[in-house]
Amino acid sequence: MTKSLIFGLLLAILMVIAPHADHLPLWVNALCAALLLWRAYLAASGNSLPARWLLTLVTLGSVGGILISFHTLFGREVGVTLLLLLTALKFMELRQPRDAMVMIYLACFIIITNFFYSQSIPTALYMLATLLVVVTAWVHLNAARVPLKPRLRIAGVLLLQAIPLTLVLFVLFPRVQGPLWGLPQDAYASSGLDDKMSPGSFSRLSLSDEVAFRVTYAEAPPRRDQMYWRGPVLWDFDGRTWTPGRTSIMSPPEFSDTANEVSYSVTLEPHNKTWLFLLDMPEKISDDARLSYDFQMTRKEPVKTRLRYEASSHLTYHANLRESERQLQRALQLPPQLNPKALELAARWRAESRNDDALINTALRHFNREGFRYTLEPPMLGVHSVDEFLFGTKQGFCEHYASSFVFLMRAAHIPARVVTGYQGGEYNDTGGYYIVRQSDAHAWAEVWLDKRGWVRIDPTAAIAPARVERGLAAAVPDNAAMPFMARNPPQWLRELRLNWDAVSNRWNQWVLGYNTELQFAFLTRLGMESVNWQTMALNMAAGLGLVIALFALVMLRHLFKRETDVTQAAWLKLCRKLAKAGLPRAPHEGPRDYAARIAAARPELAATLHDISERYIALRYGEHPDTVTQQAFLQRIRAVKV
Amino acid sequence: MTHPLHNVITQAEQIILGKPRQIRLALACMLARGHLLIEDLPGVGKTTLVHVLAHTLGLQFQRIQFTSDLLPADILGVSVYQRDTSEFVFHPGPIFAQMVLADEVNRATPKAQSALLEAMEEQQVTIEGATRALPAPFFVIATQNPTHQIGTFPLPESQLDRFLMRIQMGYPDAQAERGLLSGVDRREIVAQLKPQMNSAELLELQQRVKQVAVSPALLDYVQAILRHTRESTLYHHGLSPRAGLSLLAAARAWAFLDGRNAVLPEDVQAVLPGVVSHRLQSTDERAKQNSDSLAHALIEAVAIP
Repeated sequence: MTKSLIFGLLLAILMVIAPHADHLPLWVNALCAALLLWRAYLAASGNSLPARWLLTLVTLGSVGGILISFHTLFGREVGVTLLLLLTALKFMELRQPRDAMVMIYLACFIIITNFFYSQSIPTALYMLATLLVVVTAWVHLNAARVPLKPRLRIAGVLLLQAIPLTLVLFVLFPRVQGPLWGLPQDAYASSGLDDKMSPGSFSRLSLSDEVAFRVTYAEAPPRRDQMYWRGPVLWDFDGRTWTPGRTSIMSPPEFSDTANEVSYSVTLEPHNKTWLFLLDMPEKISDDARLSYDFQMTRKEPVKTRLRYEASSHLTYHANLRESERQLQRALQLPPQLNPKALELAARWRAESRNDDALINTALRHFNREGFRYTLEPPMLGVHSVDEFLFGTKQGFCEHYASSFVFLMRAAHIPARVVTGYQGGEYNDTGGYYIVRQSDAHAWAEVWLDKRGWVRIDPTAAIAPARVERGLAAAVPDNAAMPFMARNPPQWLRELRLNWDAVSNRWNQWVLGYNTELQFAFLTRLGMESVNWQTMALNMAAGLGLVIALFALVMLRHLFKRETDVTQAAWLKLCRKLAKAGLPRAPHEGPRDYAARIAAARPELAATLHDISERYIALRYGEHPDTVTQQAFLQRIRAVKV
Repeated sequence: MTHPLHNVITQAEQIILGKPRQIRLALACMLARGHLLIEDLPGVGKTTLVHVLAHTLGLQFQRIQFTSDLLPADILGVSVYQRDTSEFVFHPGPIFAQMVLADEVNRATPKAQSALLEAMEEQQVTIEGATRALPAPFFVIATQNPTHQIGTFPLPESQLDRFLMRIQMGYPDAQAERGLLSGVDRREIVAQLKPQMNSAELLELQQRVKQVAVSPALLDYVQAILRHTRESTLYHHGLSPRAGLSLLAAARAWAFLDGRNAVLPEDVQAVLPGVVSHRLQSTDERAKQNSDSLAHALIEAVAIP
């Protein structure tokens, strides 16, 4: 066990453990670091390894510590922690080459565990670098005399050789439906749109530049102010919070006079909720999802993995012209004894307006003209939240406007509800798709009008039209606290960011999202018929065998080196010819012995064979082989008839 | 076929009946300037072969009977004080001859054995500080009883390596034995033999043997044999480079005896049992009994490239 091998292994283990440090308990990090440092010191100083009883004690202690920290010894998190601790401990009894081999296998295994936590491109690249270090240590173990540089080269070549095998396995390995081990934690991120809305909930969301979903339009994209991605619809208001409420009505929605169809595909980041986002109004979707009575697209299972679906919507529509009376009554409910000033204002508008349209316009004009401001940092609101906002603070984000607008409409006896979702998005011209971030989250209103059905009204557009037309950054003051990515950064940074997003989008769709359906589609396009796991397994075995055989051929090519010596080639040809006639030459049989044996077995060939063998001897073993003899020799061999 | 050698062989075959191969191997060994070890049971004609060769080749001949009380001085010679001249005068031992028969070499103590073997290696002896050259040509033919007999000191492997070849006589076949039994006493015939050559001619033949051609293809074959012994698990150790040189030298001599000027794989195969069987040790205990079959297995295991 040389010092440099131990340091190589230490580096490898350090590299595979390091990304885990983020989510391990502090004491585990400290213990691992202490163990590795201790081992490095022992290797450097040449002192002997610690006694077995001490190691046993530390092992038992760490298992106890894990029990205290996690209250269990089962589960992914605990398993990984245990594995890391035991690996660090294994270093303390690293004596034999066999132990080093175990360390290398452990390192490879820990590499896989890192993907429980992140599967991004940087993680994959880092793990590749780690693998190179591990393989280099492995080469070191088996060929200690090779210096570092060629050792790295051997490891690199080994990794390169593994690429075709990896590709075959990746493309053909039968995919299991649903995650086998559980997915990275980031798959369960629950930041995102909720199905509740209270003052402040959207302004909080606007601080996140996380990607919500990405959209590719099949044809020309719609106008920006038509990009309303419909999410949860909220009916019930308790004076502060809007919720979807409960209803027994399950009647399917009715759309009429639809036009302006637009098709697109959405790659939705997992948000751990059941709803999907579609443009108003949803028409078709490829996923197994249901359109609810209030036009939300929901599926049975929450979205826990990245989900890709194709959908189409109609931008022009009449929705639910014949809405049931009970629904309209729901859309008129108000919390009792709250916001008296707002009720009064609505009653006045009602009295002044000729019809519903005029009333809506009055309301929007009110928002526009009465000194309302669109801000990310609205002041806190008290019990009469709508009153305080309308007559006091006059500063709000989209939820304030949507909420108070719907309140006013209901107070004026126009059925209304809040719709949440996303609005707009950022165009990535590298990838040709739109990125919709959490900061694009939005809330607007829908009112039901006679002969027109549910109509979308966005009160925010009345105060800050730029929000709808150009995005959040254009609508708020420059000094407002905003996610970096939602601002307008310098051009080069913007391009870099968009390029990077395009790459990771590919990675998400083709590497991480390579699921059963994609695999099926891809293999069918490759021309494989009847794709099932049996044929895939067979093809995989065949592909692996082919790749390995190719490598073996390249490595063993010297065994198949062609005989370049003309004399020898001709002689061997003659031997093969005679072998077919039942007189094979033993590999160790010299030309003279062979000629003599054939002469005994086939006297009619004796003279010819004697002549040929003597010439062969002269050519191959003689002092001065000459071309004349060679010509005669070749001629005679051609003339031999068996 | 070179005439004097032809006569030598003919003469030897008349006396040593049914052993043409052993005679040729012994001659090849001498042409290749090597020493010969003959190993077999007493009475199979070892000593007779040596006598015949010495006589027909016209070489000075000395015989040393090795016994357990033989001293180095008995081989090398001794300085004796001459009273009349008041000087030490060196009395050369039996080693100072062109052909020395070390009979039953494994009966002597290692000390005496090593005196002989050093002379073989160096072609000279150092006695009492003075180095004395041995005559040329100089051959040692040692005979040895199989080592499992009682009261012997088997030669160590390092010493065995100094012999170019080791051959075994074997029992004569029935026809040869009948001729032997019915004919006259061999010793009488030997005494009447006429030399067919002299030592100067032999030295010249040795020079010509060195010039026998060896082609790259044949070197490939020899190397393949060496490599096989080193890679195979059948042997304790592979053949040394010296063994490879010996094999080539013996094959040259064999080709020369056959009247050819180029070495064939067959020549290598012919001398291989003699050259390698005392240098290879089988890892298989049972195979040790028959070293010739070991050599033949080696021949069959290596393909001629």
